Amino acid sequence: MTKTVTDVICPFCGTLCDDLEVEVSDDGKQIVDVYNACVIGAAKFLHSQASDRVKRPRMQQPDGSYKEVSYDEAVEYTAKMLASSKKPLMYGWSSTSCEAQSVGHEIAEQVGAIVDNTATVCHGSTLIAVQDVGIPSCTLGEVKNRADRIIFWGCNPCHAHPRHMSRYSIFPRGFFVNKGHKNRKVFVIDPRVTDTAKMADYHFQIEQGRDYELLSALRVALRNEWLPDTVAGIPKEKIYEAAEVLKSGRFGIIFFGMGVTQSLSKNHNIDNAIMLTKDLNEFTKFSIMAMRGHYNVTGSGQVLGWQFGFPYCVDLSRGFARYNPGETSSNDLLRRGEVDAVFVLGSDPGAHFPISSVKKFSELPSVAVDPHITPTTEVAKLHVPVAFVGVEVGGNCYRMDNVPIEARKVVDPPEGMLTDEEFLSRVNKRVKELMEAKK
Amino acid sequence: METVTLTMKNPPVLMLEADHISPDAFAGKTAAEIAALHAYEGREQFTLGKYFDVAGNGGKTAAETKIVVKGDVSRVKYIGMKMTAGEVVVENNADMYTGAWMQGGKLLVKGSVDAFTGIGMIGGELTIEGNAGNYLGAAYRGDWRGMQGGVIRVKGNAGSDIGTFMNGGTIIVEGNADVHVGTHQEGGKIIVKGNGKSKIGGQMVEGEIYVFGTIDVMMPGYKYVQDEELEVDGYKGRFALYHGDLGERHPKRKGQIVYGKLYQKI
Ligand code: SF4
Repeated sequence: MTKTVTDVICPFCGTLCDDLEVEVSDDGKQIVDVYNACVIGAAKFLHSQASDRVKRPRMQQPDGSYKEVSYDEAVEYTAKMLASSKKPLMYGWSSTSCEAQSVGHEIAEQVGAIVDNTATVCHGSTLIAVQDVGIPSCTLGEVKNRADRIIFWGCNPCHAHPRHMSRYSIFPRGFFVNKGHKNRKVFVIDPRVTDTAKMADYHFQIEQGRDYELLSALRVALRNEWLPDTVAGIPKEKIYEAAEVLKSGRFGIIFFGMGVTQSLSKNHNIDNAIMLTKDLNEFTKFSIMAMRGHYNVTGSGQVLGWQFGFPYCVDLSRGFARYNPGETSSNDLLRRGEVDAVFVLGSDPGAHFPISSVKKFSELPSVAVDPHITPTTEVAKLHVPVAFVGVEVGGNCYRMDNVPIEARKVVDPPEGMLTDEEFLSRVNKRVKELMEAKK
Repeated sequence: METVTLTMKNPPVLMLEADHISPDAFAGKTAAEIAALHAYEGREQFTLGKYFDVAGNGGKTAAETKIVVKGDVSRVKYIGMKMTAGEVVVENNADMYTGAWMQGGKLLVKGSVDAFTGIGMIGGELTIEGNAGNYLGAAYRGDWRGMQGGVIRVKGNAGSDIGTFMNGGTIIVEGNADVHVGTHQEGGKIIVKGNGKSKIGGQMVEGEIYVFGTIDVMMPGYKYVQDEELEVDGYKGRFALYHGDLGERHPKRKGQIVYGKLYQKI
């Protein structure tokens, strides 16, 4: 016999789908099947059951091989590394619960670390723009029920957030858009013909790196001012037409992704997109939202925000919080050799950072906490495997629209394995003792 | 004028936050007192004397104090931060935040500087003989006031994001500038004597930008108005005037709409 756990939260992408059903074996140890999730989400659940899963910490030996160590030894190594460095970097946080993040920040405060999350290589530029000009936003529920003008700018939810369109943005019938897709006009701005672009009513195949110009041009068109014949490869007639279509909607939303946050102009693109949203509010109701990637990167920004006042790149080395992306951002710190130890939890910089940063990382004392074997755990001196948040332990997470959702536990972790929060709490306790002894 | 000479003897392993290297902090102090001023490397506090040999005493006031910095200070941040008077000469490259929030006096760097040089500058003269990094004379993160007064002159090239949120003062780049010049500019003057790239004057409200060389892509919100005969930093000639950014809000003065002015040399 099996039993089905309902209303399970998917701990993979920022859509944080909350309608999954997971069939588990009677003893609550095995996942049999996952329903309602997209392929990526289902894979995450099933992967936790992989037979070759690492169940104990491993320390890299000088010859590159691994030696299994106890959790006690792992705690000791991590605490000593953090307590003895002048400026450690504590990076990641986007694939764990808010509770674990909060304990991590407590450690960071004691050791004068820099706390940075994966926004540093995805939506960090969005956060800079929000600080500069504010943001008119809404929840995904409002999008589902009201939005009749949808813009996907530099993002491809078909692949990155597979159920976003069916749950919220294009297909569902909403209270005020009761014909679903038929009520909505979809724009995709992307230099590539993505699967999302293929479904759009309007696809602007923009020249690479000219998003800022097109955003400006739309703002000019809203004011009925003069425009050159083409902007970013788009004829001006199309731009004036788009401005009219956007104005004529009852509720519009701009969703944007790394195509604009990480290409030329970065934060300026988002700044201008937010200003376009603000301008559109003179004609109709308009909102804008970042397509956040990791399931709890938004939560990391929230917890950092309420504890230190800044959402990423927080430098605690001087005993108070400072923040200046470009200086206190992980890649700049690594590239410039400004940190002397690296602690990673809940992300994979080994796979996503430039090779120059990964090289620096490999030369420093380092710890990676991750349930999987990843490129990061392969360069870290110590790999600490932990239970899967959202599968083997619950915890609070924030959806991309800043709505907190409590993830659920569906199965037990393998015998004797710690969760992120448990591991961090033990490190925290040990760091406290070491720092006391230093005084 | 008294001269204090700092010579780097122990370069920092990580980087040094030395916001005390300014005539204001050195004024009225002996060499020994200067060496005892603190600086930070990571979370640990040390003294300037750990890193530098200090020779000479400070003058009575900041205005009577000159600082000469010798040796490799390419990993030293905040040189001349908030200085109000006096003089600083850095003989090699300096790191980030050189002359940040500077209020007066003269700061000369004979080499190049990294990012955030002269951010939020209020007054004084800041000269860089080499190149400058990104965010020259811009606003600090989240601040809406970039450079407000004074003069920054860069003899080489400058990075991106020059003069973001600038509302006063003058920035002269004698070489080329990277993308985003004068974003959100609300006043002041930026002169690029070499080539500009794209995104010049994006979201600009008012103020002036002069480009002597090429602009690879003009912002769509800039409309040609007329040609003008002008004298700009010693050069006399004809410039094409564009008004912009037309997508941005613009104040009205005496019944006239005020635009940002972008001049390109013809
Ligand atoms: S769309 Fe995202 S949250 Fe939803 S099931 Fe797929 S991976 Fe999980």
